[in-house]
Amino acid sequence: MNESLFINIIIGISIASVPLIFAAIGELLVERSGVLNLGVEGMMIVGALLGFVVMSHTQNPYLAVLSAMLGGMVIASIFAFLTQFLLTNQVATGLALTLFGLGFAAFAGRGYTEETIQLITAVPIPYLSDIPYLGPLLFSFNPLVYLAFFMVYLVWWFLFKTKQGLILRAIGDNHDAAHAIGHNVVRYRVMAILFGGAMAGIGGAFLSLVQVPIWGEGMTAGRGWIALGLVVFASWQPFRIIFGAILFGGITILQIHAQGLNINVSAQYLSMLPYLATIVILVSLRMRLKNKTNRTVPNCLGRIFHSTT
Amino acid sequence: MSNRSLSSVVKLSILSVVLAFTSNVYADPVKAAFVYIGPTGDHGWTFAHDQGAKYVKEMMGDDVIVTTVESVEENSDSERVITSLARKNDIIFTTSFGYMNPTVKVAARYPDVKFEHATGYMRPTDNISTYSARFYEGRHVIGKIAGRMTETNVIGYIASFPIPEVIRGINSAYLAAKSVNPDIEIKIVWVYSWYDPGKEADAANALIAQGADILMQHTDSTAPMTVAEEKGVYAFGQASNMREWGKNAQLTGIIDDWGPYYLERVQAVKDGTWTSTDVFHGVDSGMVKFAPMNNSMPFEVRNEASKAIIDLSMGAIHPFTGPINKQDGSAWLAEGETPPNYPDLLTMDFYVEGIDAKYPN
Repeated sequence: MNESLFINIIIGISIASVPLIFAAIGELLVERSGVLNLGVEGMMIVGALLGFVVMSHTQNPYLAVLSAMLGGMVIASIFAFLTQFLLTNQVATGLALTLFGLGFAAFAGRGYTEETIQLITAVPIPYLSDIPYLGPLLFSFNPLVYLAFFMVYLVWWFLFKTKQGLILRAIGDNHDAAHAIGHNVVRYRVMAILFGGAMAGIGGAFLSLVQVPIWGEGMTAGRGWIALGLVVFASWQPFRIIFGAILFGGITILQIHAQGLNINVSAQYLSMLPYLATIVILVSLRMRLKNKTNRTVPNCLGRIFHSTT
Repeated sequence: MSNRSLSSVVKLSILSVVLAFTSNVYADPVKAAFVYIGPTGDHGWTFAHDQGAKYVKEMMGDDVIVTTVESVEENSDSERVITSLARKNDIIFTTSFGYMNPTVKVAARYPDVKFEHATGYMRPTDNISTYSARFYEGRHVIGKIAGRMTETNVIGYIASFPIPEVIRGINSAYLAAKSVNPDIEIKIVWVYSWYDPGKEADAANALIAQGADILMQHTDSTAPMTVAEEKGVYAFGQASNMREWGKNAQLTGIIDDWGPYYLERVQAVKDGTWTSTDVFHGVDSGMVKFAPMNNSMPFEVRNEASKAIIDLSMGAIHPFTGPINKQDGSAWLAEGETPPNYPDLLTMDFYVEGIDAKYPN
């Protein structure tokens, strides 16, 4: 295998993985706070649309990415309002959010299917990217790729190295106890949900701003659901998100390359692998839960909190 | 039935009686429905069908009521959609191969409704027609262009699902490219989706990295065209003119023109002359058209492509003319032989000899 093909595969894997990293790391924080938001796909697609629309009008990548985050947050705020203030069922609300997001984006984006934009391209870091072998491998990616990895670090640092992170985890594990000692459960959860929305928004925008310069309804094509699976795959540990996303994205890219190179693999079986792994991990988590050694699943995940009950 | 709806039925029948006396046209508009696999904004397959539906509306005006349902998955969902449409429509066009079984099932339950299934071959009841276009004729033309224009001698082919229509396209394009360039090689990537811009772009990038300098696609989004434009390689529009996304990249494109056929069929329902038919039109009837050729193509290449189009339209050539062997070396067509529509073309499930790729199962 020649060098440029190898680097192309690495870049391909990074591009397939990054939307998953963004969406999953946001959802991880949300679930750590004890909220299950199944609306990731809906928030992603709205992010993809808004990023594309703003890019096509302003040609400003910063504004485009910011609007995508904002779009994700607006959709997430609907979820936050319904589940945290009106105490609706989180699973049903999340599903509704996905359906709403897909439909809204399809409707609002009607006029943009004819357009194309300037992609946000990779920016090789000066000097560092000239290092043989390592340069192209480590220092020649799209700025958003680095941002994705940084966000994973940031979420890890927040959760495990700050007082607020500790409180958020406490709320996720036992919201009644956290409330009893005076923490504002709803405020923490709303902030977490909004953060999750912003991350899903960038994840979606990565598709329409970095991967392909087009907008099409349903272009997230189930990536929001994969992100949800990834959070379980990572057993709610931030850095495992990177590993899982590279596995999911890597298998997509490798099976495409294998087909082109005429290597005899079954595309369907390969595509099943990450999902199989997720199921295996779910089962093993369940086993550990039985043995009372489970410290990973937030105990209050998906449960409704009301301060008077 | 409630009083309210009863009274509206009475009003409607009075109205139709009045109309029948005051004008010569049929009082009731024909109700035609279209079921699409993707979004109408895909600028590919579904877009082309929707243009056809719009054409019917434009030509027939108040004589037709057109209903369209987009992004209908090829699972049990499609049966539900087709059933609910069958209750309210006179004729239903199901525009994807995967709708074959649901269409057949629903048609058996609604004998008074006419069904038109695109790209399939099953007509067990006499209220089903099948129709398809000889897109492989289009692939023959772009195959010839690709064979001449490539410098790396590698064609990258982004395929959706291994169904006969897609296989015909691959075989036809390969044979045509090979006929003008014996060194040609075709790399095929199956993305197992009709519409996933992200994955189609991944496939395009991978094929280019593996040496392809000319892309063909049998998926519906404009994503591969945008990748070709960005990477500076050539590509061909799929189902509609994709020049907007590949000003330098698009050499030409295969355009599906369903409008005249749809008009003819809906009109037949209105006139009461509709019968179950099996239509397989090509370049000759204008169902398969081409986008304007790119000016960057040398004169001789454009000339050769134009000649192929004229020959196809006059029936002077057939993209599958023997001798052709199957991939495993067994004989398919003898010298000078051309295949019948059924079963050879409509159920094609093999690569031709020379394609160096494993047939997907």
